Amino acid sequence: MSLRWTSLAACAALMIGLALPAFAADQLYIPLFSYRTGPFAGSGIPIADGMHDYLTMLNERDGGIGGVRLAIEECETGYDTKKGIECYEAVKGKNPVVVNPWSTGITLALIPKAAVDKVPILSMAYGLSASALGNTFPWIFNPPDTYWDGLSVLVKQIAATEGGFDKLKGKTIGFIYLDAPYGKEPIPLLQQLAAKYGFNVKLYPVAGAEMQNQSSQWLNVRRDRPNYMIMWGWGAMQPTAVKEAVKTGYPMAHFYSVWWPGEDDVRGAGPGAKGFRNLNWHGVGANFPALADIRKFVVDKGMSKVPKDKFGEELYDRGVYNSVLITEAIRVAQKLTKTKVVTGADVRRGLENLDLSAARWKEIGLPDFANSLALSCADHNGHGNLFVQEWDGAKWVKVSGDLSPMNDVVEPLLAAAASEYVGKNSGWPKRTEACDHTS
Amino acid sequence: MHFLYLVFIDPFVQMGMAPDLLAQTLWEGLVSGVLYALIALGFVLIYKASGVFNFAQGIMVVFAALTLVGLYAAGVPALLALALTVAVMFVLAVAIERLVLRPLVNRPDIILFMATFGLTYVLVGMGELVFGGDTKQMIAKQLYLPSGAIDLAMLGGRVTLQKLDIAAAIIASVMVAALAVVFQYTRIGRALRAVADSHRAALSVGISLNQIWVIVWFAAGIVALATGIMWGARSEVSFALEVVALKALPVLILGGFTSIPGAIVGGLIVGLSEKLFELYWGPLMGGGTEAWFAYVVALIVLLFRPHGLFGEVIIERI
Amino acid sequence: MFYREVGQYRTSYRADMAIFPILQDRIGLLVILAVAFVGLPLVGGSFFLDVVATPFLIYALAAIGLNLLTGYTGLLSLGTGGFMGIGAYACYKLTTWFPGVDIVVWILAGGFAAAAVGALFGLPSLRIKGFYLLVATLAAQFFLQWAFERIPWLYNNNVSGTIEVPTRTLLGLPITGATATPVTRYEVALCIVVVLTWLASNLVHGRIGRSWMAVRDMDIAAELIGIRLLPTKLLSFAISSYLCGVAGAMLVFLWYGSAEPSVFSIDLSFTILFMVIIGGLGSLLGAFLGAALIHVLPIVLRGVPPALGIDIASSTVEHLNLMIVGVLIILFLVAEPFGLARLWQTGKQKLRVWPFPY
Repeated sequence: MSLRWTSLAACAALMIGLALPAFAADQLYIPLFSYRTGPFAGSGIPIADGMHDYLTMLNERDGGIGGVRLAIEECETGYDTKKGIECYEAVKGKNPVVVNPWSTGITLALIPKAAVDKVPILSMAYGLSASALGNTFPWIFNPPDTYWDGLSVLVKQIAATEGGFDKLKGKTIGFIYLDAPYGKEPIPLLQQLAAKYGFNVKLYPVAGAEMQNQSSQWLNVRRDRPNYMIMWGWGAMQPTAVKEAVKTGYPMAHFYSVWWPGEDDVRGAGPGAKGFRNLNWHGVGANFPALADIRKFVVDKGMSKVPKDKFGEELYDRGVYNSVLITEAIRVAQKLTKTKVVTGADVRRGLENLDLSAARWKEIGLPDFANSLALSCADHNGHGNLFVQEWDGAKWVKVSGDLSPMNDVVEPLLAAAASEYVGKNSGWPKRTEACDHTS
Repeated sequence: MHFLYLVFIDPFVQMGMAPDLLAQTLWEGLVSGVLYALIALGFVLIYKASGVFNFAQGIMVVFAALTLVGLYAAGVPALLALALTVAVMFVLAVAIERLVLRPLVNRPDIILFMATFGLTYVLVGMGELVFGGDTKQMIAKQLYLPSGAIDLAMLGGRVTLQKLDIAAAIIASVMVAALAVVFQYTRIGRALRAVADSHRAALSVGISLNQIWVIVWFAAGIVALATGIMWGARSEVSFALEVVALKALPVLILGGFTSIPGAIVGGLIVGLSEKLFELYWGPLMGGGTEAWFAYVVALIVLLFRPHGLFGEVIIERI
Repeated sequence: MFYREVGQYRTSYRADMAIFPILQDRIGLLVILAVAFVGLPLVGGSFFLDVVATPFLIYALAAIGLNLLTGYTGLLSLGTGGFMGIGAYACYKLTTWFPGVDIVVWILAGGFAAAAVGALFGLPSLRIKGFYLLVATLAAQFFLQWAFERIPWLYNNNVSGTIEVPTRTLLGLPITGATATPVTRYEVALCIVVVLTWLASNLVHGRIGRSWMAVRDMDIAAELIGIRLLPTKLLSFAISSYLCGVAGAMLVFLWYGSAEPSVFSIDLSFTILFMVIIGGLGSLLGAFLGAALIHVLPIVLRGVPPALGIDIASSTVEHLNLMIVGVLIILFLVAEPFGLARLWQTGKQKLRVWPFPY
């Protein structure tokens, strides 16, 4: 009986809740799709903290953007596509200015819906690589680099270590990856480069359910003895991989990864993890005026969930970078439309006309934090420069200069992928959105 | 032809060519087998005494590990945190007995199985709420667990034995031996076996079912804590560990649902066969076969022995 | 008083054996169908249709499928996720080979592939019983999920490894893809589910259903009275997997819009099993009730704090949600272990004689 009354009461509450008006009219609604639960929470929590804190800082310090406050709402997806779609449907009606799915699976599900619902999707450095082509995917953005850019930079770095591309012939590169669409995406490019430069590729998939049980994969690595290892992981897969690599004695200086491992992922492996390398495109640490502001206006006031010692770590700063993209796009949108309360369609134009120069980075309190980024109607990515950083036991240290992606290889691949996507999804609309010339 | 060679001849050639790798693989298989067996041990304990297939064993492993790490992070010294965690597992056992088992006494097995599902959700939610969802490191050093490795130069190469794995194997064997002794020679053990045979008969000779259930869930909680410490020290403590517990099911199939030594044997068989298959035949199938190989082995064993290798044959009467 | 059966005489065996012998039941069914087909799309918004109603229908169909296997035939199975995946991938392949054919035809046809695979994995059920069969079906689940990742032919060698749903039309209206409106997709799903439920209902009330129930109750005795176990059990696996396959195809084409292999994971199998058990084993109504409870309850719970104006972090809501669902499952099993369907039956029985006690 009481169960029935409880559920009836809950139903009534839901009806009331759905009937209530959305929110105050003069606010910019930014939903944050986060995952603080589930096996990928280890990576998701610092990113969510970083994104949330930068946006809150703008609210507290400046009263929002252009005088309009930001309404920030987190929606828990648990890295699950079903919950991601549910979050999207729930926030759709509240006029979000941009959606950050933070999961390649959710991004792929939302790509067809973005144009219909007029909500731009910002899948920063993840998602569908082909969405870099703005003329095919006018509503999807993935700055500053695609996964193919990242992989080409890694191969470039490996070639440089060997002394040239011709020295790669006969070598073996091992690729350990999460057995999911995210992990499989770079494989065609890797195999193409292998054919071109004459090196071998060994693939080591790690199933999502077996992320903490990788001893087989690393036994395989020990048998195959690849000269270099590249990891394409996320969540709990990364710390286990580093630990197993240390256990099996794989030389850390030859162990590279895409830009996702954070400090927590290498710290647990102990001193043996020194020398582990990954890609990055922005600075790390709390030594920036904007971060000092976040500390002053948000963390010290108790409005942040970030633990004190994790403030300013790599993934936290990456969340900050993501929020900078959002807020700068809103600013550009406000300038273009000459209104303050912009919509999703306006922010789409804002993203397309985004121009973050070095001077602008300094203005917002993040000098030398990242390279300049300029998007356009055709280029929704930017294909920016990356650098390699190394773990020295306590922090990340930059060990390379700026490395540019191999555009000559990546661009035809992007075009091919985009036309394949359009071909398989008959009825994919041609771009009708106009292209602004930056004012 | 080449395919037949790859499947039937080549793996053995590879094994012969790199015997140190084979030895390393066998060792890794044994270690993971011991860890699977630890999880299966918890299942067996509870099934033996209360007839409940405790699906929540996996999350109990994670929950115990999280409590330990959480207490340590809150400033409690390591050994005291360990003692407190044992106390927490006792409280959990009492709570489960009162709130889940007692109201559901005498219900069909599937209902109790589902109740443990509900328990899983509660423990997952509570664990994430209290301790947070991020990955944590197990406090292996503070618990005096050894670290480092022993490198043996043998068989023409190198075989590395992690000291932690050796410790895990020893602890698991000690636990199994202790449990076997308790079950066989003590009064409580006899009472447990009586309850496993028939609840009604046990009641009629004066054995308190409720007490026995608390004891057995507490014992399973201790086993879960030990498993959590070992698994957590090998990789790290996160909710991804809960899914690995599903691997204990093929172990139970092979070892039987009610046999403690069977859990160890089953675990070793599963661990060894999984690693060997993945290393030598896995590349033919693109890798990642560990996700399903143990289950297929269990399936094949079941086709020949429908009650598992060591399980009791259930006689059906009309 | 509600079920005033005075004056309702049944004058033939046929009338007596009808599934809904009481007039009020038939009227009630018509009302429910009217509300479902006409009322809900008019009243419910896009969120309700997209997040609550269409998934409810899809889960209910999968729960019916699993109920036929577990509830009516007594064969425990955790392979539901894998079978749903087979249906989805089969439908995808068929529609890429023959894009001109109606997508509904392919959704229904994809189920046949799932039925074939289901029958194959059902072969061990002759030797293996009870919990052991559960583990054998787990082999099916994990193997199929691995196959979805590893066999590129299944997703047309797509670089992203996922299947994207192309836009397909029916009578000029797009029903799959991003341009399909929630109402269209909901109506298509509702039609498919209604037709297949009607088929399932006829099956379980007929000879085949009775042979399944005989196998469930005591298979040795069933064999003795002449029911051949192998065809019966395999048919159960096949039909159950067919329904799960259709549900899987609907899941991808009418709800998600895209799919990666992790969608058909063990979690999906567990969810459907929950729905079947909470709803009531051996009851078609139970499949619907269980799907409603397990699917809708978390959504309702997630909506409560914003509706009441309480400001809780969404991750905390998620944690509390899990705990509440777990507690409710346990409470529920304590209160009525035979599921919601039994609750409904008891309630209806009381309603039939109300205001008299018996």
